[in-house]
Amino acid sequence: MRFFLQRVAFYLFTAWAAITLNFFIPRLIPGDPVQALITKYQGQLSTKAIESLYVLFGIDKNGNVWSEYVEYWKQLFAGDLGLSFAFFPTPVSEVLSDSILWTLMLVGVTTILSFVIGTGLGVLAGWRRGSWTDGLLPVTTFFSSVPYFWLGIIAIYLLTGPDSFFPSGGGAEVGLVPAFDMYFIPSAIQHSLLPALTILISSVSGWILSMRNMMVTVSSEDYITVAHAKGLPERRVALGYAARNALLPNVSGFALSLGFIVGGTFLVEIVFSYPGIGFQLFQALGANDYPLMQGIFLIITISVLVANLLADVVYLFLDPRTRKEG
Amino acid sequence: MTIPTSSIEQVIPGQGSMAQPEAGKPAKAKRQRFLFLSNRKAAAGLIILGIYIVLAIIGPWIAPFDPGARGEDLMQGPSSEHWMGTTHLGQDVYSQLLVGTRSVIFVGFLAGIVATLLSVIIGVTAGYVGGKTDEVLSALSNVFLVIPALPLIIIVTSIMENAGEWVVALVIGFTSWSWNARVLRAQTLSLRRRDYVEAARATGERSGRIITFELLPNLTAVIASGFVGTVIFAVLSEITLAFIGITSSNTWNWGTILFWAQGQQALARSAWWWFVPAGLAIAILGTALSLINFAIDEFVSPRLRSAGKTKIKTNSGRTVRMRIGFTPVLSNSPEPITHASPIPVVDHNGATPVVRKEHAS
Amino acid sequence: MSAPVLEIKNLNVGYGLGDQGVRAVRDVNLTLHRGEVLGLAGESGSGKSTLAYGLTRLLAPPGVVTGGQVIYHPAEGEPYDVLGLSDERLRKFRWAETAIVFQGAMNSLNPVHKISVQLTDVLRAHEPKMSETSRLARAREMLKLVGIAADRMDAYPHQLSGGMRQRVMIGMALILQPQVVIMDEPTTALDVVMQRQILGQLIELRERLGFSVIFITHDLSLLVEFSDRIAIMYGGRIVEEAPAAAIYRDALHPYSKGLLGSFPALRGPRRELTGIPGSPPDLKGMPSGCSFHPRCPKAFDPCAGNIPVLGRPGTGDGRTRSVACWLHPTEEPVG
Repeated sequence: MRFFLQRVAFYLFTAWAAITLNFFIPRLIPGDPVQALITKYQGQLSTKAIESLYVLFGIDKNGNVWSEYVEYWKQLFAGDLGLSFAFFPTPVSEVLSDSILWTLMLVGVTTILSFVIGTGLGVLAGWRRGSWTDGLLPVTTFFSSVPYFWLGIIAIYLLTGPDSFFPSGGGAEVGLVPAFDMYFIPSAIQHSLLPALTILISSVSGWILSMRNMMVTVSSEDYITVAHAKGLPERRVALGYAARNALLPNVSGFALSLGFIVGGTFLVEIVFSYPGIGFQLFQALGANDYPLMQGIFLIITISVLVANLLADVVYLFLDPRTRKEG
Repeated sequence: MTIPTSSIEQVIPGQGSMAQPEAGKPAKAKRQRFLFLSNRKAAAGLIILGIYIVLAIIGPWIAPFDPGARGEDLMQGPSSEHWMGTTHLGQDVYSQLLVGTRSVIFVGFLAGIVATLLSVIIGVTAGYVGGKTDEVLSALSNVFLVIPALPLIIIVTSIMENAGEWVVALVIGFTSWSWNARVLRAQTLSLRRRDYVEAARATGERSGRIITFELLPNLTAVIASGFVGTVIFAVLSEITLAFIGITSSNTWNWGTILFWAQGQQALARSAWWWFVPAGLAIAILGTALSLINFAIDEFVSPRLRSAGKTKIKTNSGRTVRMRIGFTPVLSNSPEPITHASPIPVVDHNGATPVVRKEHAS
Repeated sequence: MSAPVLEIKNLNVGYGLGDQGVRAVRDVNLTLHRGEVLGLAGESGSGKSTLAYGLTRLLAPPGVVTGGQVIYHPAEGEPYDVLGLSDERLRKFRWAETAIVFQGAMNSLNPVHKISVQLTDVLRAHEPKMSETSRLARAREMLKLVGIAADRMDAYPHQLSGGMRQRVMIGMALILQPQVVIMDEPTTALDVVMQRQILGQLIELRERLGFSVIFITHDLSLLVEFSDRIAIMYGGRIVEEAPAAAIYRDALHPYSKGLLGSFPALRGPRRELTGIPGSPPDLKGMPSGCSFHPRCPKAFDPCAGNIPVLGRPGTGDGRTRSVACWLHPTEEPVG
C-alpha cells in the first residue's frame, strides 16, 4: 500500500508539473495572439470568452503571474479549457470528448495488444535461443526503425484502393452516426484495422526484443537451474519461472515508454485521418489553435499518467516484493 | 516512432546482474574495446552510420540539382537523369534526399549531445551525491520521463514560429534526457557501492576526481548507448515535425520530402518514388543505430551475446542443441580421455614412473 | 563398505568447444555409497561445482559433458547411466532420485512464487496423481522436518531470512525422498553458527531417512567434521580420496595438506594456519604433468612431466584411500 500511495503522490506531482508547464508555454508566444484572434473573429467573441483567453494566454494586462496562475487552475477545475479557434466557438473540452474515445479504442487497444503479442514472441525467442526465432530479430529491428507514419503511408499505398476491403482513412463510413449498433460498430472496426495493424507492426518488435533480452538474462538465474533440477516440465520452467520473472521489468518498461508510444501513434491517426486526438492535434496545428493544443497536451499527459498508474497496479500484483511485508 | 528498448532493462536495478559495466583494469578495457569493434553488429552499424555522416558532409556538393529548383519533368518516375524521380514541381527527389541528410544528422547529433550532457550531469550527480539532491533530481527526471515528449516538442516548436534546425535540436535535447539520466543514476549508484570507489572516498579523494577517473570510464558504455538512443529519437522527432509541417520548410530534410509528398497526394498519384526513398533512408539509419546499441548492450552484459554455435555434434554423430537445463553429452564412453593406457605399475624401489603426457584438448 | 548408489566413471566436463574449449573436470572417478556423506573439497576453480552440475547435466551453456558415465543404482531395479537418459526420463530422474541444494539460497528460490507453490510444483510434476490437499500436507510436513513453522507456507522468499531459505531448500530437496542429495556450498552465505546448525540437522535427517550426500565446499574443516569420506579436487582432477579422519590425520597429497592448513579447525588440537602459496591454475593453460607442481613445496623430477594417476598408495592404510601424487607411487589405479 505504501508503494501505491507513493506512486499516486508522484503522479499527482507530475500532473501538477505538466499543468504548470502548460500554463507557461503560451506565455512564450511572441506578440498578442488574443488580439489577433479578436480581429479575426470580429464581434463574435463575447467579453467573457476574451477574458478567459487572456487568462489562458497570460497576457492579462492588469494581473500578475501568480493571480493568473490561480485563475488558470480555477478554470481547469471548472472543466474550462477555453474555446477552440479551429472549431470556434466550440469549447475545447467538447472537441476533446468527441475524439478521445476514438484514440482510446485505437491506440489503447493496439498498444496493449502489441505489448501482449510482443512479450509472448519475446518469451519464445528468449527461451528457444538459437532457433528460428533469432532470425526474426533483424526483421523486427528494421520495422522498429521505420517511422509509424511512413509505414502507414505505405500501407495505404499498397492495401487501399477503390476495390479494397480496407478504407484509406476516416473513423467510420461517412454519414453513420456513432452509436453502439450493427451499422456503426462494424464500419468503425473495418476503418481501424489498417491503422491498428500499422501501429502493431512498428511497435511490436520493441517488445519482442526487450522481452527476449530479459528472458536471456533471467534464464541464467539460479532459480531457473533449480527449476530444471526439480525436473519440472519445460512449460512450467519457461513460463512459471523464467517468463514470470522476465515480465516484471518489461511491465515497468511498458509504463515508462507509454509517453513515447503515444507520440508515435498520433502520427498514424494523422496519416489515416482517423478522428482521434492525434488528428485533432494536427488540425489544431494547422489553425494555430493554441487552446486546443494545450488541451490535447493536458489530456495526453493525464491519460499517460493514468495508464502508468494502472501499470503500477499490475506490477503490484505481479511482484510480491513491492507488496506489504507480511 | 520507436522506443529505446535497448535500455529498458537497464532501468531496473537489482534484477539480476544485467548491465553491470565491467569494472576491469585498463588493459582489459582496451582489449574489450577492440572486441567491441569486432562485434559484427557494431561493425555493420558503424559502417552504415559512417556512410550517412559522409553524405551529410558532402551531400549538398554532390547533389546533381538544387533541391528546390523546379524542372521541366513533373512527377516523373526514376530515370537516368533523375535517379529517384521528380516532384510535382519537377524537383529532383534524389537531390532533396542528399541535401536533407545534413539536417537530419545535424539535428540528431546535436540533440543527442545536449541530452547526453544533461543526463550525465543530472543522472551521475543524483546517483553520486544521493540524499535530498538525489530525490529532487530523480523526481525531475521521472516527471520528464512520464510527460509525453513528442506532443510537448510539437507544441513548443509550433509556438516558436518557423523553428529552425538549432531550435528543433535544442528542444528535442532538452526534453529527451530523462531516460538516460535514470539509467545513469542507477548505474552510478551501483558503481558507488563498489569497493574501489568506496576506498577512494574513504581516503578523501576529491569527488570530481572520483567521478572523472573512477565512475565515468565505467559508465562509457551506458552513456554511449543513451546517446545513440537519443539520436534515434531525435531523428524521428525532427522528421515527424517536418512531416506535419511545423518546422520551417526552407531547409530540406527527409521529413520535408514526405511533407510535400503527402500534401501533393503522391499516394493517390502512385508516385511511390517520392516517399519510399526518404522512408527507407530513415529506416536504414534507425537500424544502423539500433545495431550499434545492441552491440553495446551485448558488450555490457555478456549474457545477451549470441551463444555462437548452439548446435553441436556428439561423438556418435547426432546433433544436439546447447540449452539451459540439459547440458549436451558428447560421449558416453567410460574410457578416460587424457590417456588411454598403459596403466601405471609402479616399482617401489624408485624406478622411473610411467610417462603419460597429456594431450591438449 | 555398503553398496554403491552413484558411480562416476571417467567423467569429463568442459566449457566451450574446439580451440576455445577448456576442460574443467578431467577423468574423474568417484563412487558414492549408500547412506554416506562424501565431501568434495578444493579451491574455487578446482572443478568441484562443475562436477556436480555436470553429472546431473545442469551445467549452463557453454558447458559440455565430453565423456564418461554416471551409473545410478536405484533402490530397486537395474543400474543405469544418467548421462544416457532421454530428456523426458532425465526430467523424471531429477529430484526424485537426486536432489540438489544450491550455492546461495538467496537466488535459488523463485522470488515471485510462494514457498508452498515452489514446494508443491515438484509434487505436481513427479506425482501427478497426488491430490492438492495431500500435496500441501506433504509440503507442510517437509517444512516441519527442517524446523520451519507451517504458517510460513504462504510466505514469499524475500520474507524469509537466509538461514530459513536454505532450510526451505533442504526441505524441498527431501520432498521426494531422493537417494542422493548433492549440496553445493550450501552454507557459504550463512554465518558460522547457522552453518553448523543446518548441517547438523541435515546429518541427523540423513540418519533418519537414509539418503547419501555429496557435500561440496571449499571449507575442508567443515567436511572433516560432517562427512564420512573426502575427495579433494585440484585442476579438474581428484588428487586424493580418503576417509575424513585419515585426511585430517595425515593427508598424503601436498595440496590436501595445504588446504587443511588454510582453515582453522573448530574442534581438535590447535594448529598453525599456513595456506597455499600461488593461485589455482588457469583452465586455459593447465601446467603440464601434475597440475599442482608449480605450487607444490615438494615437487621433484617427475611432477612437471607426467600426470600422476589416482591409485592406492603403497603405504599405511592404503586399502581405504587413494591419491594421485608422485610422492606416493601407485600400486593399483582406481577406476
